[in-house]
Amino acid sequence: MKFERYGTGIVKGMALTLKHLFRAPITVQYPDEKLNISRRTRGNELVWFPEKCTGCGTCTKACLQGNIILVTHRGEESKFIVDKFELDSGRCIFCGLCVESCPYNALAMGLSYECAKYSRKDLVLSKERLAVSNDHQPSAYYRPQFDDQLPDQSLLLYDRDKGGQKLKFLPLSKRKRGSGA
Amino acid sequence: MPIKTEQFYLNVGPQHPSTHGVFRLRLSLDGEVVTDVEPIIGYLHRGIEKLAESRTYTQIIPLTDRLDYLASMTDNVAYCLAVEKLAGIKIPERAEYIRVIFSELMRISSHMMAVGFYLNDCGAFFTPVLYMWREREKIIDLFDMVCGQRLLYNYMRVGGVSQDVPDEFLPAIKKFVAEMPRYIGEYNQLIKQNEIFLARSKGVGILPKETAVNIGASGPVLRASGVKWDIRKMDPYSIYDRFDFEVPTGEAGDCYDRYWVRIQEMTQSLRIIEQAINQIPAKGPICSEVPQFFRPPPGETYGYIEAPKGNLGFYIVSDGSIAPYRLHIYPPTLINITALKDMMIGWKVADLIIIFGSMDVVLGEIDR
Amino acid sequence: MTLLDQFQLILKTAGWPEWAVYLTPAIVGILIIIIFVLTVVIVFIWWERRLISRFQIRLGPNRCGPEGILQPIATAVKILLKEDIVPEKADKLIHFIAPIIVFVPILLIFAVVPFGEGAILVDLNVGIIYVIAISSISVIGIFMAAWGSGNKYSYISGMRSIAQMVSYEIPVVLSIVGIALVTGSFSMIKIVEAQSIPFILLQPLGFLIFFLGSLAEMNRSPFDLLEADSEIVAGYHIEYSGMKFAMFYLGEYGVALAYSGIITTLFLSGWQGPLLPPILWFIIKVMLVFSLIIWMRATLPRLRVDQLMSFAWKFLLPMAVINLVVVAVEVLVLPAGLQWVMVILNFGLAAVLILLWSKLFTLGGGRVEV
Repeated sequence: MKFERYGTGIVKGMALTLKHLFRAPITVQYPDEKLNISRRTRGNELVWFPEKCTGCGTCTKACLQGNIILVTHRGEESKFIVDKFELDSGRCIFCGLCVESCPYNALAMGLSYECAKYSRKDLVLSKERLAVSNDHQPSAYYRPQFDDQLPDQSLLLYDRDKGGQKLKFLPLSKRKRGSGA
Repeated sequence: MPIKTEQFYLNVGPQHPSTHGVFRLRLSLDGEVVTDVEPIIGYLHRGIEKLAESRTYTQIIPLTDRLDYLASMTDNVAYCLAVEKLAGIKIPERAEYIRVIFSELMRISSHMMAVGFYLNDCGAFFTPVLYMWREREKIIDLFDMVCGQRLLYNYMRVGGVSQDVPDEFLPAIKKFVAEMPRYIGEYNQLIKQNEIFLARSKGVGILPKETAVNIGASGPVLRASGVKWDIRKMDPYSIYDRFDFEVPTGEAGDCYDRYWVRIQEMTQSLRIIEQAINQIPAKGPICSEVPQFFRPPPGETYGYIEAPKGNLGFYIVSDGSIAPYRLHIYPPTLINITALKDMMIGWKVADLIIIFGSMDVVLGEIDR
Repeated sequence: MTLLDQFQLILKTAGWPEWAVYLTPAIVGILIIIIFVLTVVIVFIWWERRLISRFQIRLGPNRCGPEGILQPIATAVKILLKEDIVPEKADKLIHFIAPIIVFVPILLIFAVVPFGEGAILVDLNVGIIYVIAISSISVIGIFMAAWGSGNKYSYISGMRSIAQMVSYEIPVVLSIVGIALVTGSFSMIKIVEAQSIPFILLQPLGFLIFFLGSLAEMNRSPFDLLEADSEIVAGYHIEYSGMKFAMFYLGEYGVALAYSGIITTLFLSGWQGPLLPPILWFIIKVMLVFSLIIWMRATLPRLRVDQLMSFAWKFLLPMAVINLVVVAVEVLVLPAGLQWVMVILNFGLAAVLILLWSKLFTLGGGRVEV
């Protein structure tokens, strides 16, 4: 070690950290303050539209985990009627290949990301759980028709009002940062 | 009476804050000086090569995400390039540009993680990591916008990319490219001239040019040793021959050079992204027609790219069915860490940690 | 006359028996100091976590209580409720006593720290020597913890601790002697009273040496080799949990408080200051010194062990000796009124020495052939 610059390198670094003391924090106070997630989020629960599904089984073949269980029987006009459509979200890797492969737009990725459960049994999603509901909305991943309904993603690149962090002085307090995004 | 001395054995890892995963080093120490090193790998082995043999060509793409989980996008690109080479598939122009933009973004992001955690290993208590995460988060936001996930992208497809970029993507990346050089300047101000950092990293863990070439090292580790070798320049794949960029090299091959080469590569990647944004065709197909269960002709091929960590290759043997007969992955970091023993012996425990940190190791890739 | 002496006098005139006159003020004083120290340590822990997170553009703990001030208490409760694990290969007795030996001397230091005018437990005439002597005991505790744990990481840490503490004690003591020469006393009260100009101006080099030396003594970045979480995980307290770990944890911040207090007393003119009450001035200065330490922790990487040793022996020690000689000559030659001349001379000396040493010396070895 040789102080070739007489310690000015250290001083420069310390000046930079001092400058950061007066910048906005990059962290988000998660449960109080939520950012808008991407419109194409591959969320934790898939959404299934029973009226569109023909029971062709393309999704089950596309799944690399072999995770989708589909049981059908022939109904009138020899159409498939879905008896059982089930997937275990504990085994799902959320690659989105099933949604991508569905030729009838009957399957979509979900928007939700707070899906912790107390038991593994609850992770298995049955037909009823997969249906669309108020707190179970489809995302626009491979389904551009949902794109307009969803809010813009908050990007950290932009200012705070667009969900980003502008470099400006903020006090220590959390309350002054506004709650909720 | 003569003093009785004996070797002191120390296990660093598999659970140690600085082994970047589950890597294990069995050390023999003489006081604090390392006299022998035995790297032990395999704690994260998931058998991805074997798993791939029972998956279709499309289904393997999510598996490649899990190789180098800090640079999933380039893993996807490497695999898709190999399959396209095998089946002779042409890629649309727009998809090529999208691939280049994302590969270079991934390179910046991966180098940020590498440099940040290297500095953290040097003892700078998490400050550089968090400053670099600030910008990495912006890159990840862009990935999230395009493919819906933040770490395991599964974005590239055989024949192109899975979806077109949304409308807000190009303005966002233009803004990112415009403000990024300022932040790179800040990283340099923070630590580049810091005397303690220089003392810790200059001349430490030297990998000589000859050794680097002999072991087959690649990526920033090789370039830091002074070998000007970058597959993007030497054997341009995709459309890299259309861009104007430089290949930064180091001189001594020490830890400082490996750090500095990475920082310079970030700037060069920004240059490539800037050119790609200007050249990208406004409209056009993003994926050529490839059936879901497509069967490439029987044969074998090796496709390789310059991943953030070095030369990443996929060797695919096809027997004409929907799944590859054999898939072999050539991971850059596994080859690079074969030099660890030469580099570490004679240094102290503290140096050993930063030498290991400067190699930019991701265990998902080593153990596969 | 300290406040405790006055208290004794009041009790004596009230006609208390002699043993009670002696004992009551002592116990009251000790209790006040312990409560003060523990409160400030809790504030310190909170302040470090909040401030370092602001340096790192995060928010830090802000959930328990207003602005997260109760977070250290929550942490303490959590630590106390944890299981006390003693490793099978530990030397049980040594493993048990080590935290006490680390913690108690740190409390003892506060006996001679003047918190305000007369607010000192005992005004020893060798106050500063007492501090040096007592604080050295902690090293033994740290080495006992390192050895007694029976863990190889903690063993390396123990080796480092002995080397580090012994080396840095010498420049620290030498820089204190410079102050003693100017003051003519080792008493903490007298040292504060002698500072019409703060000694940081009068002896900038002495301050630098003392500050860096005390950073090493309290294992703070960039000299935090004992704990070096990226190398030897947590060093000497790797095998401790529960109450024993809490002792180390409190001791770490206690020693930071003690040294901040001593730096304030020796170089920043202690409790003296305009307008505000003395105790407030003392706390403000202590917080300033501690904030500087946190700032350094947020920025600087860690030194290697050989660089650390050469920094003490090649850098700080010769500088401290030269500083001592120059100060001695100045005290002998310069008349008492010319303190500002001394300020200018010493700043010049500091600049010249730092420039010279930067050019002359290289620290630390490189690779060892094995």
